[in-house]
Amino acid sequence: MSGTYLGMPAFPKAAHEAVHNTTLRGNLRHATHTIRAKRANAVAEMSDWAELREAGKQIKDHTLRHLDRYLVRLEESVQAAGGTVHWAADADEANRIVTYLVKATGESEVVKVKSMATQEIGLNEALEAEGIAAYETDLAELIVQLGKDRPSHILVPAIHRNRGEIRDIFAREMSEWGRPAPEGLTDTPAELAEAARLHLREKFLRAKVGISGANFMVAETGTLVVVESEGNGRMCLTLPETLISVVGIEKIVPTWRDLEVFLQTLPRSSTAERMNPYTSTWTGTTDEDGPQTFHLVLIDNGRTDTLADEVGRQALRCIRCSACLNVCPVYERAGGHAYGSVYPGPIGAILSPQLRGTGSEIDSSLPYASSLCGACYEVCPVAIDIPEVLVHLRERVAQGGPVTERGDKVVLKPAKGHAAERAAMRAARWAFGHPGVLRTGQRLASRTRRFHPRTLPGPGRAWSASRDLPALPAEPFRDWWQRTNGGKETGK
Amino acid sequence: MRVALFLTCVNDTLYPDTGRAVVKLLTRLGVDVDFPMGQTCCGQAHYNTGYRQEAEPLARQFSDVFREYEAIVTPSGSCGAMVRELYPRMGERARAEGRGDTLARTLAPVVPKTYELTEFLVDVLGVTDVGAYYPHKVTYHPTCHGLRSLGLGERPRRLLQAVKGLELVELPGADECCGFGGTFAVKNADVSAAMGLDKVRNAESTGAEVLCAADNSCLMHLGGTMTRLRTDLRPVHIAEILASTEEEPLK
Ligand code: SF4
Repeated sequence: MSGTYLGMPAFPKAAHEAVHNTTLRGNLRHATHTIRAKRANAVAEMSDWAELREAGKQIKDHTLRHLDRYLVRLEESVQAAGGTVHWAADADEANRIVTYLVKATGESEVVKVKSMATQEIGLNEALEAEGIAAYETDLAELIVQLGKDRPSHILVPAIHRNRGEIRDIFAREMSEWGRPAPEGLTDTPAELAEAARLHLREKFLRAKVGISGANFMVAETGTLVVVESEGNGRMCLTLPETLISVVGIEKIVPTWRDLEVFLQTLPRSSTAERMNPYTSTWTGTTDEDGPQTFHLVLIDNGRTDTLADEVGRQALRCIRCSACLNVCPVYERAGGHAYGSVYPGPIGAILSPQLRGTGSEIDSSLPYASSLCGACYEVCPVAIDIPEVLVHLRERVAQGGPVTERGDKVVLKPAKGHAAERAAMRAARWAFGHPGVLRTGQRLASRTRRFHPRTLPGPGRAWSASRDLPALPAEPFRDWWQRTNGGKETGK
Repeated sequence: MRVALFLTCVNDTLYPDTGRAVVKLLTRLGVDVDFPMGQTCCGQAHYNTGYRQEAEPLARQFSDVFREYEAIVTPSGSCGAMVRELYPRMGERARAEGRGDTLARTLAPVVPKTYELTEFLVDVLGVTDVGAYYPHKVTYHPTCHGLRSLGLGERPRRLLQAVKGLELVELPGADECCGFGGTFAVKNADVSAAMGLDKVRNAESTGAEVLCAADNSCLMHLGGTMTRLRTDLRPVHIAEILASTEEEPLK
C-alpha cells in the first residue's frame, strides 16, 4: 500500500492526538452524526433491505469463490470491446504500468476521478516522481490535494476540514496548481463550490489523459461502473483521449443484473441518497465518442492472500460505502488519519492488516482499534462481520498462526510486545480453570481491600487516568452463597 | 423450574450485590436457583483479545458445569452473547482447523439454554411486571452486546416501565457504545475514556438519578467516569432495580 503512511505510530498513539484536537472532534462528530441519521432513514424506506443485504453478500461471495474464472471472462470482454488489460501483482508494478501508459501518450498531466485504488498504491506520488502532474477532480480530493494533506474518510476525504479551513486552503493554494481562487472568497458552500468548478473546468478541457478507478466491473460485458455525486468524474471519463482505469480485482460482478442490488444499497449506505446522481458506465472504446484508448489495470496488492484466509476474506466483499466509518464511535473520536491508511475506520482496521500484513506497529495495532460494539456490522450493506474479523486478526497478532504471503503459506510468530499480556491471559485461564484458586484470590483481595488503590500501576494506568476503579466488596458472591446456603439462611 | 445462575467472574468478584439481587428476584418469582460452585469465567476476555486457545478450555469447563440444568441465567448481556453467539463459532473454527466436531459437540448443549436475565424473565417466565418498587428517575443504556448480539430489544425497557414508582427517561444516543470493550478500555484508553464521558454526559442531560444497564462491565467503566466527574448520577444494574420491593427497597 501507499508508502505515505509507512512508519506510522501504533493506533493508540495516533488517536491520542485526535481525541484531544477539539476542532477535529467537532468536525467529525457533526459530519458523522448527520450522515448517520440520514442513512438510517434512507435504509428504513426499503422494506426489502435485509434481502438486498443478503443478496449483495451472496453475489460477492459467489464471485470471490470463482474469482479466477470471472477475471478471465472480464479480460476477454474488455479486449473484445477494444480495451487492453494489464495485471499488476503489487503497488509498484501497478504504478510502473500506469506511468508507462501515460508517458506513451506524450503527456505530462492527467485528470483523476476519485479512486481508492490509486490512493492505495500511491499513484499520484509515483507519477510526480516521473514528472507527471495528477490533478484530483473530486471536490473533497481536491481539498486534500491542495492542502497537502491525507484523506481521512473513504467517501468524504476532507471530512476533517470545516468550511473556514477549506476557504483558506483554496485562497492559498489554487494559484499554485492552475486558476487561482476568486478575490474575496468567503466560506459559503456556493462560493467554495464555484471556485472549485472554475478551477477544475480548465483542467478538464485541457486534459488528454484521464485516470479512474471503478466501483464495479461487469465480467460478462467488460463494463466498468463509477457512481458519484458531482459529475466531475463523468467529465474525466468522457473528455480525455486516453482513459486508464485502475481497479482492485475484487471489484468484479458476474452480470449487469447483479448491479441492480448494489445500485440500491450503495447510495443509501454511503450518502443516504435513494439513487446516486451520476452513474457512469463504459465498455472499451467507441468510434468518435469518448476516449479512443482504454486501459484497465487490475491490481492484486495483497488481495489473493486475503482471499486465502477463510475468516478474513469477507473483507473483500466491501463496496466502500463508508457506512461503517460513519457509525463507528472509535472513528468518530480518533479521526481518519490515526488508522494510517487510505482505508480508515472499521473496514480499514480489518483490510489494511490483511493487505499489508501485520508486520508494522500500526498494522498490528489496528485490530485492537475497536470496542467490538458491532455497529459497523449492523450497517454494512454486504454484511461483513467486522468484529469477527477483528478478533480473528487479534489472534493472528497475539498468537501468530498460518497466513498466506504472496501466495505462499507461512506460519507467523506472535507479534512483539504481547508477551506480558499472553502471560497474564494464561495465568487468568489457569486460575479460572481452578475455581479454588480463583476463590483464594478473591478472598485475599477482599481481605486486603482497604489497601487497594483506586488507580492502577503499569498498563492499567491508562484506564485509571480518567476513571476510578470500583471498590472491592467485603465478600465475593460465592462466599456469600456458601455462607448463607444461597440466601436461605442468615443474612442477605 | 431449576435454573443455574451464571454470575460471571466480574460480578462474582466485584459486584456480589447483583448476584444476590438475581437470586432474590428469581426466588420471588418461584424459580429454584442454583449456583454451581465450579463456575468461573466464560472466556470472553480471552477470546476477544485474541487468545482463542486460552478461551477454549474455559468454554469446555462452562459446558461441564452447566450442561445438566434446564436453563442458565446470567445478568450480563456480553457473557450471554459469548455463550450464545461465540461458542458455536468456536466449534466451527475448530472444525475448520481439522480438529473435528468434539468442541462443537461439547459446547452445543449449553448454547440454546443460556439466557440473559431480562430475556429469561420476559421470554421464559413470561413476566414483565416482576412486582418491583423503585421510586427513582432512571435512564437505560442498552449495551452493545445486549442490543446487537442478543437482540434484547424492548425487553429491559418493558420490565423497567412496569416497576412501581420508576420514571423511565430516554437516553440520547442510547445505541452508542459506552467505550468499555474489555481490554479496549486499557489498550485504547484515550478513545475509550472519550466515549465513556459522552455517554455519562448524555445520561446527565436527561436529569435521571440512575443510569441502568444489564451489564456491570459497562457500568463499571461508566461508574468510574461518574465518580471522577463527581456527578450525582449513579450506576445501577437492572437486576438490583427489579429485585427492589416496597418491603425491601434498594438503598
Ligand atoms: S465494510 Fe461494509 S459498511 Fe464498511 S465501507 Fe465496506 S461495504 Fe461499507
